[in-house]
Formats: sequence, C-alpha cells, structure tokens
Amino acid sequence: MSEQNVSRRQLFVKIGLALNGLAVAVLAMPVIGYLLGPVLGGGDGRYHKWVDLGELDEFPEGQTRLAKYKNPISNAWDGETDNIPCWVRRVQGEKFQVFAINCAHLGCPVRWFAQSGLFMCPCHGGVYYQDGSRASGPPERGLFEYPYKVQGGHLMIEAGQLPTLATEASLKKRSDGCEG
Amino acid sequence: MRRLSAIGKTVGDWFEQRLKVEPVLKETMEHPVPRRSASWFYVFGSAALTVFLMQIFTGIMLALIYVPSAAQAWDSLQYLNHSVTLGWYLRAVHGWGSNFMVAIVLIHMVQVAMFGAYKFPRELTWIVGVFLLLMTLGMAFTGQVLRFDQDAYWGLGIGASISGRVPVIGKYVVHLLLGGPIIAGDTLSRFFALHVFVIPGLLIAFVGLHLLMVLKLGINEWPMPGRIVRRSTYLQEYAEMTHKDGLPFVPAAIWKDMIFASVIIAGVLVCAAVFGPFGPSGQPDPTIIQTVPQPDYFFHWLYALLSLLPPEMETPALLIGPVVVIAFLVLLPFFAGEGEKSWKRRPIAVLTILLTAISLGALTHLASYTPWSPIMDAWSGDPVPVQYLNGRSPLERTGSAVFQEKQCRNCHSIGGSGGQRGPALDSVAVRLTHAQLVRQVVQGGGNMPAYGKQLNPAEVTALVAFLDTLHPPNQRPASDAARHMAAAEKPKPGAPNPVQAQK
Repeated sequence: MSEQNVSRRQLFVKIGLALNGLAVAVLAMPVIGYLLGPVLGGGDGRYHKWVDLGELDEFPEGQTRLAKYKNPISNAWDGETDNIPCWVRRVQGEKFQVFAINCAHLGCPVRWFAQSGLFMCPCHGGVYYQDGSRASGPPERGLFEYPYKVQGGHLMIEAGQLPTLATEASLKKRSDGCEG
Repeated sequence: MRRLSAIGKTVGDWFEQRLKVEPVLKETMEHPVPRRSASWFYVFGSAALTVFLMQIFTGIMLALIYVPSAAQAWDSLQYLNHSVTLGWYLRAVHGWGSNFMVAIVLIHMVQVAMFGAYKFPRELTWIVGVFLLLMTLGMAFTGQVLRFDQDAYWGLGIGASISGRVPVIGKYVVHLLLGGPIIAGDTLSRFFALHVFVIPGLLIAFVGLHLLMVLKLGINEWPMPGRIVRRSTYLQEYAEMTHKDGLPFVPAAIWKDMIFASVIIAGVLVCAAVFGPFGPSGQPDPTIIQTVPQPDYFFHWLYALLSLLPPEMETPALLIGPVVVIAFLVLLPFFAGEGEKSWKRRPIAVLTILLTAISLGALTHLASYTPWSPIMDAWSGDPVPVQYLNGRSPLERTGSAVFQEKQCRNCHSIGGSGGQRGPALDSVAVRLTHAQLVRQVVQGGGNMPAYGKQLNPAEVTALVAFLDTLHPPNQRPASDAARHMAAAEKPKPGAPNPVQAQK
C-alpha cells in the first residue's frame, strides 16, 4: 500500500488499536501475576515450616499413632480444613517415622491397623507396611514422609503442603533400600 | 377482550418499532426442517437446553443462601436442607438436574454420532458440542466440590494427586488448582468462581453458538442408507430436501421438543421430591479419617478405572488418555466428514459407540460395590460362619481367631461377607496346598502383603491349619503329589519294607 492511501482516519484507527492493545497488556500483567500467586508463593519451600506435634511421651515406642497439626499457612475462613492429620511411628528412642495421611496413589486418607501392621486406603485399595513401604495395590511408591526433629522434648515435623507425587519433593524422600 | 388484544397489539408494535426482531423471530420459527427430522429422535438437544436453563435458575436460588467459605459452606448447606423453607427441595432439583443434564447431553451426543450429524457442513457444531460436554462435566465436578463435605474434600485431594502427575510443572498445577499449599478456603473460593461465573458464562456463549449454527445450517436430515454426503453437492441437496419436502419448525417439530422437555423436567422434579437432595455427607474435616470418599455417579467409571489400571499405566492413562479422547472427538468430523450417514452402513461407528457405552456401564457398575477396596471393619464386624468352626480342633479355631484379628477378612471374604480385594477363601484349601498357604501368608505376593513380620510361627501354624479346613465337604483339599510319594517312600518305623512285602 502506498503512503497516500493511508488516510488520517485509518491512521487514527491503528493508533486506537495500538493504545487498546497496550492497555490490555498493562492490565494483563497484574492479572496474570495475581492468578499465579499460589504458584509463585510456594517457591523455595516457603510453604514449609516446622510444626510441633506434641511431647515425645504421647508417642509410645513401637506404636503408630494419629497426630494432628495446624497447617503453618492458614486463614480464618479455612474452617476445619487447616487441621492436618498424620501418622507418627516411634520406632525406638528418638527414631521416628512421620507419614502423611494421604495415600501415595491419589491422596485418600490411609488408616492404620496395628494388629496386622498395615496401612490400608479405603479408596482404591492401596496397602503399606508399618515402615510406610508399599505392600500392595495401585500406589507406585511408599507413603510420603515428613522430615522430623526432636527439640526440647517435642516432636517437630517440617510440613505445609498437600503431598502429591509432584509436591512431595521438599518432603523427605523414602529410600527404597534397607533401613538403618 | 377485543380491547385487551388491541392494547396488546399497540404495546407489541411499540416494542417492535424499536427492536425490529420480528423478521428474525419469524425466520427462526419458520425455518424448514426435513419432514422425517421432525422426529422423537431429535428432542435431546432442546431437552438439554431446558435442563440447563433450570440449572441456572435453581443455581441462582441456592446462591441466595449458600456461603462459599470453607468454614461455613457445610453449615449453610445444612441450613438449606433443614431450616430454609423448601431449601432441601431446591438443592434436590439442582442436584438431580445435574444428573439429568449429564445423561441427556451424553444421549444427545450418541444420537448425533449415530445419525452422522457431525458430517459436512456441521463440523463446527459438533466441535462446539464436544466442548459443551466437557463444560457440562466441569460443572458436575465443580458442583460436587461446592457441596463442601468429606467427599468433596478428598475428591479435591484426588484432583490434586492427578495434577501432581503432570511432568515438570506438576507442582505448579497442584498449587494453581488448590489456590495454595493445601485444600482450604482459597480452594473452595476458586471452585465457586468456576462453577458460578467462568464455566456458566462459557456454557451460555457456546450454547448460543451451537444454536446459531443449528439455525443457519438446518437440522440434520434423517439418514438414509445410500444417501452419500459430498462437500460439492450436499448444500444443494439439503436445500432441495427442505424446500420440497420440509416443514416449518413451528409447529411441525417444536411440539415434540416441548413435550419431551416437560417430561424430563417432570422427571427431575419427581426424583427431587422422592429421593431428596444429595448430601452433604460428613464435615470437611481432614482429621476425620473414618471415611470412604466416593465421587458422584457420573465419575464412577473414572473411580473404577483408577482402581483397576496397573500402576505403571496409570499416569500415562490419566495424562494422555483425555488428550487422545478429546483430540479424537474434535477431529472426527475432519476424517469422517463425508460419506454414509446411516448407522446401517457404519458398523465401526456403531461398534465404537457400543464398546464405549458397555465399558462405561461396566466400570460404573463395578464402582457401585468397589471390589478393589478393603472393607475396613470386616475384621471386627463380620463373624466367622458357624459351619467353619463346628467340629474343628482347638488349633484350627485359634487359626480362625488369627484370621479375624490380623484383618485378613478386610480383603478376603468367607461365608459371603468380607472384602473382595483378594479371592474369597471358602474353598482356598482346594486351590493351595498346605505348603503353598504357608508361603502365601508369610511372603505375600500377587498383590497380597507379606505377613511374615506380623505373625509369629505359632500364629502362622494356627492360621494355615484353619485355612486347610476351608474346602467343600465333598472335595478333597489340594495336596502335593511329590510329598505323597516322599511320604510313601520313607519307611515308617516298624512297618515292613515295601519291597520285601511285595515279594
């Protein structure tokens, strides 16, 4: 198109379009940042904090017990949903295993059966041994484990996010070899 | 009366002068449909639309009371069920409406596929329809989340776990889905936004587009074997068909749509009145772990599939499966856009639809009794049948106690009760020898955990002694032929030498 064919009106239409495009881009930036908030907010393990599960005496040696903690990141409108359960196995002394409640298959709550020493999942039938390793069913791996430490006679775990196959990375990875 | 109608006409004319919709309305109402398409087979689309309108209406009604807050949603649903006048009924109508809508959309899709209606020039109508189906399922899932109970909570956990299987960006997808690190207030708020604003808005836009194309392109003609669709000639043939042998949509076809839609609405209303609202089940408190989460009916097939797929196939099936299915549906009109429309000449299409329907039906049926799930309280709730204890030795009875105490019953049924995860054990002694039973109990295998660490030798002996008795009275237990021979060859002390005895 030669220059003479561009009328004043056509030029202004183009300027108008460009200005609108710019406005959309300027608006889109904060909107995208806002939408990605939950993703950006979780970087560098910022969702993780050490939480207190209670005194060591609450967990007798050789037993596995249900414990609860309040999620380190929570809001007033979360209701009950920020109370997270987990299974604490005191192997002996200060040696523990703290398992996430969520089945490694699809996240349903596993239940502990002390008599047979198994965790069973009610949803799709995943079963784990007392040390959290996979026994049978659809899970590809053992139960998710939280890192723990004993501080001032209290059992602490590092927790903060729903464990899934992707989000367990910052939780302690189970080794498939022998224990100890 | 005459004066009233005169006033009506004046008012009508006043609006028409300003809106100028009469020609468009007239064209829409009188658009010709092929004579045989004014059929009872062509009523599902309009019925789906009618149920959708009812869902919008009842949804707005529920939004007057519902509180989209993780702390209060469950309480507001209880309030709707028990305290608000007819709140339970509106919840029931909305819940049953969603079931009916998923069903009718699927039936509509099957009818369209069987009648070859996705072929030229209605490819885009079909593609928009595929997205309408996905949005309908999206509404069903997000709606189940808004019923913020235990099933919703753990259903979100399953959604997050599936998202977590996406390679590389799985972690981000999980946090984006949940709106934070855990299932909590922000999760419910975003599903509320999806269910109430985003997906309905898209649905309305896509339904409009879908309808516009139905009007512009005309309804599909009744398929006749041998009447071939060709891009070069179809439009002309269709125009001739509708103008020579067509009927105006109003009133020739619409009365069937209207009657069927009323029957469907009546069905929803009756189901709602008789069966009542869905849930909510227990409070969304993750520390209540005595729960058996289940998805709603229309996702039962997926629930079954996730239980039955081998572990190594699950992630590929979850992530690639939907892409393949959606791509197939979207591309269907491009590789099958011409040719025969009649199901009588399209055996592969008919078989594909039948196979899909049977698979979905079988999986849905399996999910109604979940044979893959351990029955969590079978070990303490179901007694050992008396006939399995009568006349047994003390050791065998001790074994039956071990059988119960070690939760074997959660996965294995005897006497018709117990889990179905493993095989029923009523005749296990016929299938496995004593030695094989010991091995199976101690080492596990074949999807059974090993009990070697949890049972001491005395318990194993007692348990297997009990299992050895589990065979029908007229059938001998399995035995190892080699052991018989070994036992026969070994001379018993004091017994005559078999070789000498023969002489």
